[in-house]
Amino acid sequence: MRLGFTIQRFNPELDHHPHDEVYRLEVSRGMTVLDALIRIKDEQDGRLTFRYSCRSAICGSCAMTINGSEKLACRTSVRQEWERHGSVTVRPLENLPILKDLAVDMRSFWEKTRAIVPWLLAQDQSVTDPLATPNPYMFHNVDACIMCGACVAACTSHEADPAFLGPAALAKAYRFVADSREGDEARTGRLTALQEPTGIWDCTRCNFCVQVCPKDVQPMEAIIRLRRAAIERGLTTTGGARHVIGFRDLVARYGRLNEALMPLKVVGPDLRRFLHILPLGLRMLFKGKVPSPLHPAIRGVDRVRAILRRSGPRRDVAHLHTKNVGEAEG
Amino acid sequence: MKYALYPGCAAKGATPELYQSTMAIIGRLGIEVTELTAASCCGAGVVGELDPEGALALSARTFAQAERVGLDVMTICGTCQGVMGGANRKLKADTALLERVNKLIEPEGLTYRGTVHVKHLLWIVVREVGLEKLKDEVQVTLGDLRIAPFYGCYILRPSWDLGFDDPENPTSMEKVIRAVGAEPVDYAGKVKCCGFPIILEKENIALTMNGTNLKEAKDAGADAMVTPCPLCHMSLDIYQERAARKINAKLELPVLHLPQMLGLAMGVPAEELGVRRHLVSVDPLIKAIKERKDEHTPSPLSPGRTGTE
Repeated sequence: MRLGFTIQRFNPELDHHPHDEVYRLEVSRGMTVLDALIRIKDEQDGRLTFRYSCRSAICGSCAMTINGSEKLACRTSVRQEWERHGSVTVRPLENLPILKDLAVDMRSFWEKTRAIVPWLLAQDQSVTDPLATPNPYMFHNVDACIMCGACVAACTSHEADPAFLGPAALAKAYRFVADSREGDEARTGRLTALQEPTGIWDCTRCNFCVQVCPKDVQPMEAIIRLRRAAIERGLTTTGGARHVIGFRDLVARYGRLNEALMPLKVVGPDLRRFLHILPLGLRMLFKGKVPSPLHPAIRGVDRVRAILRRSGPRRDVAHLHTKNVGEAEG
Repeated sequence: MKYALYPGCAAKGATPELYQSTMAIIGRLGIEVTELTAASCCGAGVVGELDPEGALALSARTFAQAERVGLDVMTICGTCQGVMGGANRKLKADTALLERVNKLIEPEGLTYRGTVHVKHLLWIVVREVGLEKLKDEVQVTLGDLRIAPFYGCYILRPSWDLGFDDPENPTSMEKVIRAVGAEPVDYAGKVKCCGFPIILEKENIALTMNGTNLKEAKDAGADAMVTPCPLCHMSLDIYQERAARKINAKLELPVLHLPQMLGLAMGVPAEELGVRRHLVSVDPLIKAIKERKDEHTPSPLSPGRTGTE
């Protein structure tokens, strides 16, 4: 079968803007997108630039945008892409500057990884043998990360705010917060640093990182665990923390959310921020969009309250492996 | 076709027009509902940030109430669908978890046996009602109106919690838009985030996301946007003016809830669909639809276009 591949090209020394070029190639059974790129480079255009190394979804070098989604070229089947989309379009990762063709500048990725201090800090002396009680879920699979950058490229918060630490670095931060060997004071310090404006509360929970990660790291779930750990340690003054606590309190009180009270919970005692949201609140009121702050609770709200009290914040739900990570994606 | 309706908080709170428009159209599509009036908030993924098992218990409690009346659950909110779909998958996959969660809802005399399916109205329209039946109910073909679908996150991702649309290439909204006679607009932002979950505490980031999506749709020629999620609606409608200022663009794009679009095409009067509650005026759209309706109504003085053709 002879198929067309649309590949975005960009040579900063010659081009003002990226442009698409189409290459036609005889596709063989089981061919991956990386196989196709290598063939095109060998046979049609030796200037085509892309990164790869292991060809086995281990090294994380060949992440790129294939038919609009972030994938490892080495484990993406050409045939399945064709069947799913009716075409194969290959572009570099988003949210990172293009160096040439499909190769992007990963410097900001590594800088953010360094920024979260990716090593154990002061060790907890009471933990003498960390392997004595093996716990397969200790890191919730974040240690499976191959640092391919797919999650950062897919991150919608990162797109709107390039300073955001992003899913990969934050998942890495969780790996150290979860490590039983790290000292308690160091852990609190780490979580305090992550309260900064570019930290854990910037995530909008869009699930893109969870969807595209080729190793089922679920970075967003790691960010949620960091938020929970921060709140449990009393780091509750950020708008994000107030949102989570206020939301839970409102549901416990009424059984459902009251949108008239929610903004007040997030804004807290800050008069300037209250005045900022007030005009919208008044327009909503005028349009009949503000529920009564006195609205009655649902039937059985006592049970809802008891559920949210009894289950407690500490228990965690085991990580369910959700993807078959060994196979080419379909 | 009968469902246990789970309206969710927004349809009972800040987007009452979603509830109103849902009730105005489902009968015509042959959907009967019993409302789960004692159901709680699904947690919206926020309760679960602090208390994962408590959040699962809230969903299990709702599912057990649906099981008691012997019905599957119909959601009308993309976020509820994502959260409850995910909860249902986890509860069905892990019997020990289900047992622990059942202990939390037992004092109310409830037990979840794991037999309920959770389906969004969008999916029920596409798969159960069927597009042919929907086409039969269309009174006012929306003609050459260009409508931009905005899926929102939780009805698409993570796809293993949902199992309906392909998250890379979703088609259900486009199918419905075509069935009502309008033309779907394609743009990159249709599967992205509206920014709502962080709009109160990180307004600048949320407005950039929101405005960028709206502008992309507008630039692609959209006359209106339609969404299956009321939280997206709050962001795209209530915050649209602020988003326009943030990205320095003129937007003024009417945003419809999914059942409002269906209702307009079915000839339900706009007032019964609650469109006056929106902050971005829907009037230009209503006017355009009315013009098309007048064109299609045969004049009493002429035989019109029906009959002999």
